[in-house]
Amino acid sequence: MKKSNGIAGKILTAFFVLLSLFWLFPVFEVVINSFKENAFVNLEPFALPTAESFVGLANYIKGLTFGNYPFVLAAGYSLLITVASVALILVFCAMSAWYIARVNSTMSKIFYYLCLISMIVPFQMVMFTLTFTADKLNLNTPWTIPVVYLGFGAGLAIFMFLGFIKSLPLEIEEAAAIDGCGPVATFFRVVLPMLKPTLISVGILELMWVWNDYLLPYLVLDRTKFMTIPILVQYLKGSYGTVDLGATMAVIMMSIIPIIVVYIFCQKHIIKGVAAGAVKG
Amino acid sequence: MAKKSAAKVNLVQRPIKKWAPLFILPTFAAFCIGFVWPFLQGIYLSFCSFNTPKDATWKGIENYTKVFSDAGFLNAFKNTAAFAVVSIVLINVVAFTIAYALTQKIRGANLFRTVFFMPNLIGGVVLGYIWSLIFDGILKQYGTYLTANGTYGFWGLVILVAWQQIGYMMIIYIAGLQAVPEDMLEAAHIDGASRSQTLFKVIIPNVMPSITTCTFLTLTNSFKMFDQNLALTGGLPSVIQDGAKVNVTELLALNIYSTYNINKNWHGVAQAKAVIFFLLVAVLAIAQQAATRSKEVQQ
Repeated sequence: MKKSNGIAGKILTAFFVLLSLFWLFPVFEVVINSFKENAFVNLEPFALPTAESFVGLANYIKGLTFGNYPFVLAAGYSLLITVASVALILVFCAMSAWYIARVNSTMSKIFYYLCLISMIVPFQMVMFTLTFTADKLNLNTPWTIPVVYLGFGAGLAIFMFLGFIKSLPLEIEEAAAIDGCGPVATFFRVVLPMLKPTLISVGILELMWVWNDYLLPYLVLDRTKFMTIPILVQYLKGSYGTVDLGATMAVIMMSIIPIIVVYIFCQKHIIKGVAAGAVKG
Repeated sequence: MAKKSAAKVNLVQRPIKKWAPLFILPTFAAFCIGFVWPFLQGIYLSFCSFNTPKDATWKGIENYTKVFSDAGFLNAFKNTAAFAVVSIVLINVVAFTIAYALTQKIRGANLFRTVFFMPNLIGGVVLGYIWSLIFDGILKQYGTYLTANGTYGFWGLVILVAWQQIGYMMIIYIAGLQAVPEDMLEAAHIDGASRSQTLFKVIIPNVMPSITTCTFLTLTNSFKMFDQNLALTGGLPSVIQDGAKVNVTELLALNIYSTYNINKNWHGVAQAKAVIFFLLVAVLAIAQQAATRSKEVQQ
């Protein structure tokens, strides 16, 4: 297709520039308000900071210890839960998917069909009962909740891994077996490296899910002790009116910045992961 | 040939089988804790009155009859259906249009793509908070606020979700559009097809699989919508209807949640709502499979 360089192309580009600005506006809104004094956020939410309303980094400093719960702690728990859950899901689901693909047993078949069923079950169906089970098994801390994520996220992950593993030639693994490689070594040295593109796709989808998830950790975690960033933000909103809006905007800003940074560096993979996940999901 | 491949399978399969406890047991155990057991227990408890699973008493279908006479649930169902229809049309039309324009190799297409996808990285709760500030700021100039009126809340949620999901669907449409065979487009061009003829006769039939995927994705997303609903309006405003409190802007997922939180007499009803909700979502998912498969047969 030829490049549209004419007047029509210029109009189209100009239109997209405007549309992009509209798209960025909500984030811009958070940025400007995070530098304004609380009273001005409510009074003139769309005004740029003026000499009168500008407070520098005061909101950010306040935001760090705001709402009786340190932001750094919530961010730390969010990070711990996300990294541990995604790592667990990637390693164990890849292993299970390989087992299901290579071993033709009743167990494999049952597990596979259960995975398919789990993919169409919405979280609301299991949320109350999952909370009871997690409490009973002490899975209600940031260190143990990754097990819950592994359990609830296994269906989609195994399904995506299976799709890829089925396209891998058996000859490579056979050669490894002949060369004296046991199953464990074959998996970690031969199969896992070949799975890299799917590991990235699945990893991105799970990352976006766990990091932004609100309801599962809200229900499962012991909230008197542990909050993640989404829980903290919703908690701050709950006290709307009495809450310091300027500082809340700073908290939101601090929660968005790491995501934007990751996005800028891994954009290609993220977009590929989404496209790959959608075809199958 | 068959014998040979069977031998090959055995060479790999037999040793792995011995390692089942390592390869499959951890995931299967977590899967039972995180899915299988809560699912089965959920079905059982939907027929019970309970505070915790220990004190459950069997009630038969009482919870289900209560669900269907609950004004809040019926309101949430209507809301969800209306919300799904509006967002499916809006999101898919805009996402496809943007994807189509961006694949015409306009200047800065990659940058625009980056911008439009960006909202998907931010969690629903945070998005809800940001947009409630924006809507309240706009409505304040007219002397009102977002949760004053159910209409504001409904369209507010539509705008928020469209803003978020258009970028996601756009990515899928772009992948679909890029897979349209170049020689087909060239042939259309040589045959003197106009731009709109090429679009409707060549491009759209070729991206039908993407259209099916995106339509069902927006459909199931609308049905499962929770975080944005909670953070934007929380279901407010509430009105009294037939002697019961109805949260006007509540969708199904939020209604299940708020029912559970009324008090322990409603736990069983909330679980029964969850089962009905699951059946609804499952029917939609199976319909998608059927639709996708019939498309595959045609091609």
